[in-house]
Amino acid sequence: MDIIIFRLAAVFYLASAALYVYYLYRTKEAISQKAYILLFIGFILHTVALTVRGLIAQHFPATNLFESLSLFSWMIAGGYLLLEWRYKIPILGSFVAPLNSLGVLIATLNPQAISPLPPALKSTWLYIHAATSFLGEGAFALAFVVSFVYLIQERYIRKKKLGGLFQKLPSLSQLDDLNYRLLTLGFPFLTLGIITGAIWAQYAWGSYWSWDPKETWSLITWLIYAAILHGRMTVGWQGRRAAILSVIGFGAVLFTFLGVNLLLPGLHSYSAM
Amino acid sequence: MDILVVGLNHRTSPVELREKLAFSAVEAQKLYEKLLDYKRVREAVLLSTCNRVEVYSWANEEGEDHVLSLLEESKGVPSQAVLPSLYIYRGKEAVRHIFRVASSLDSMVLGEPQIVGQVKDAFEEALTCDATGVILNQLMKKALSVSKRVRTETAIGESAVSVSYAAVELSKKIFGDLANRKAMLVGAGEMAELAARHLVHQGVSRLTVVNRTLTRAQELAQELQGQAVPMEHLEEKLVEADIVITSTGAPHTLITSEAVQRAMKERKRRPIFFIDIAVPRDVDPEVERLENVYLYDIDDLGQVVEENRRRREKESVKAEAIVIEEVDRFLQWLKSQEVVPVIVSLRNRCEEIRRKELEKAISRMHLNGKETKALEALTTAIVKKILHTPLSYVKEAASRGEGEKVAKLVKELFALEEKDDHTDRHQGQ
Repeated sequence: MDIIIFRLAAVFYLASAALYVYYLYRTKEAISQKAYILLFIGFILHTVALTVRGLIAQHFPATNLFESLSLFSWMIAGGYLLLEWRYKIPILGSFVAPLNSLGVLIATLNPQAISPLPPALKSTWLYIHAATSFLGEGAFALAFVVSFVYLIQERYIRKKKLGGLFQKLPSLSQLDDLNYRLLTLGFPFLTLGIITGAIWAQYAWGSYWSWDPKETWSLITWLIYAAILHGRMTVGWQGRRAAILSVIGFGAVLFTFLGVNLLLPGLHSYSAM
Repeated sequence: MDILVVGLNHRTSPVELREKLAFSAVEAQKLYEKLLDYKRVREAVLLSTCNRVEVYSWANEEGEDHVLSLLEESKGVPSQAVLPSLYIYRGKEAVRHIFRVASSLDSMVLGEPQIVGQVKDAFEEALTCDATGVILNQLMKKALSVSKRVRTETAIGESAVSVSYAAVELSKKIFGDLANRKAMLVGAGEMAELAARHLVHQGVSRLTVVNRTLTRAQELAQELQGQAVPMEHLEEKLVEADIVITSTGAPHTLITSEAVQRAMKERKRRPIFFIDIAVPRDVDPEVERLENVYLYDIDDLGQVVEENRRRREKESVKAEAIVIEEVDRFLQWLKSQEVVPVIVSLRNRCEEIRRKELEKAISRMHLNGKETKALEALTTAIVKKILHTPLSYVKEAASRGEGEKVAKLVKELFALEEKDDHTDRHQGQ
């Protein structure tokens, strides 16, 4: 049941992404508005799918790679809907929507059966740990997109070739500001995710921190973002440097998220988180 | 009757001639009075800007001679002087020309926005002089809406095509809203000053003027509500300024890479944008390697302008297609107008007959109010039903382009006399 709704959501996501990409070429408000509505419908369907799955499984739907990627894409979609509603920069959708679609597509490549949760892990902490981590990662994903766009726009200005997307992309200042806001939003959630994860680990495995690869990489990710924010406040790491670091930070997020599971065995191996 | 354009513009005539033919509002009013004789010229709009003088009119074959002789007469310019620069368009070409003018496709700087306002003003002026009617009202409204369509559907007016505007546009792409930014003007070349003016106009919060001669700096600072600073303080001012425009005549580099490096540290790497319009250059080109430092010299800006101009030309192809589409649509409407007078007079004629016959009949009978009303309704319905088919046929013929022929036929069939045309000049559309 939930899979059918999920697929339907994916169709809307893909349609939205296609329209948003077309918007790059043909910058008309009517197009971005339609793309936004499609994304919104996809998001609602996706929300229903996740809720249904959670109710069937009787646990937070973040216990295998399919669920995690699905949740991750859901965060990106929801985050962008809010961002666009608040800041009105539809051109960012042309970069966010494809990322969201990519997440959904990769999710469908994974086994979609509901996996039973080992009794040891059944805990309210799972909800809090997963929810906060995903909120943080959603914000970082958006910060990544914003920084990516920043680097494109800066390249236009530096190369002094003001064709292509130059006119359509927002100003450097706006992108830098948005990157900073998203980072300051994501960072507390990431911190909370790590702390609640440690508490949960204490309940489940009897130790707060056991240096398994996932934990180690979470810490590395945390350190990168901590460094960006610290550098910004003290010596003015803004503009290009902040954008590059934000891209690197998101690389670390992705590695923690996917790379560790696929490459490094550890305690988290049954889940994606 | 046809739509007629008589005019000259910056491409066909030198400024000496255009300025002689330029019309003020008062002169335009006088021209309209003489121009509209309802025989040769029935409706007119005069567009007089510094780049063009054009008379749009709804006129017959003698219209152009009439317009021409009046232009000569009211401006005292002999026709031999005007004729070689003149262009005359009729019908489709005239409509196309007017749409192109309003869409800034005929402007000296392709896509410049002022012309729309000028066309609008000219139309309003004509309206207050009561110089337009059904045809030109529709034409001018259409011209303005075409220009709007061109502006929203193509990028023809999007990017800057002058050095100073290009500088402002770049500043906006770096800093976004300029309201809280500080600008600094070093030296006072003409182009730099213009760019500074644009920046102030865009809401830059503070302008600092640095010049070797402090008095000149003070003058300019006062005018632009800025602050004048002697040259010695240039380096420390780099810490504050976000946009620096330089245009001194100094023979050597004025702002070194080291100075900017120091300033960047001090300003916590907040971005800074150098616009170096000076030759030889005032800013060390090496500063470009520094993080969050952007530098455009005069050649860079020139290149940007050149590219933008080319882009506008590319966009103008799309715009021309829109114009052609709209011209066709307008001509369609115009054709439908050919049969409007004949439809009106046919209706009037039938109504007249109906009323007369009805009155005759009623005077012979003794009817109460209800019965009179019923008769009234009956006769009206008969006339309406009978007229329905032929009138639809006439309208359809008009859209096929046979309006004139059919109108003539209807006139002959019903012996409708030609009314004096100018009495129904203001009839609705």
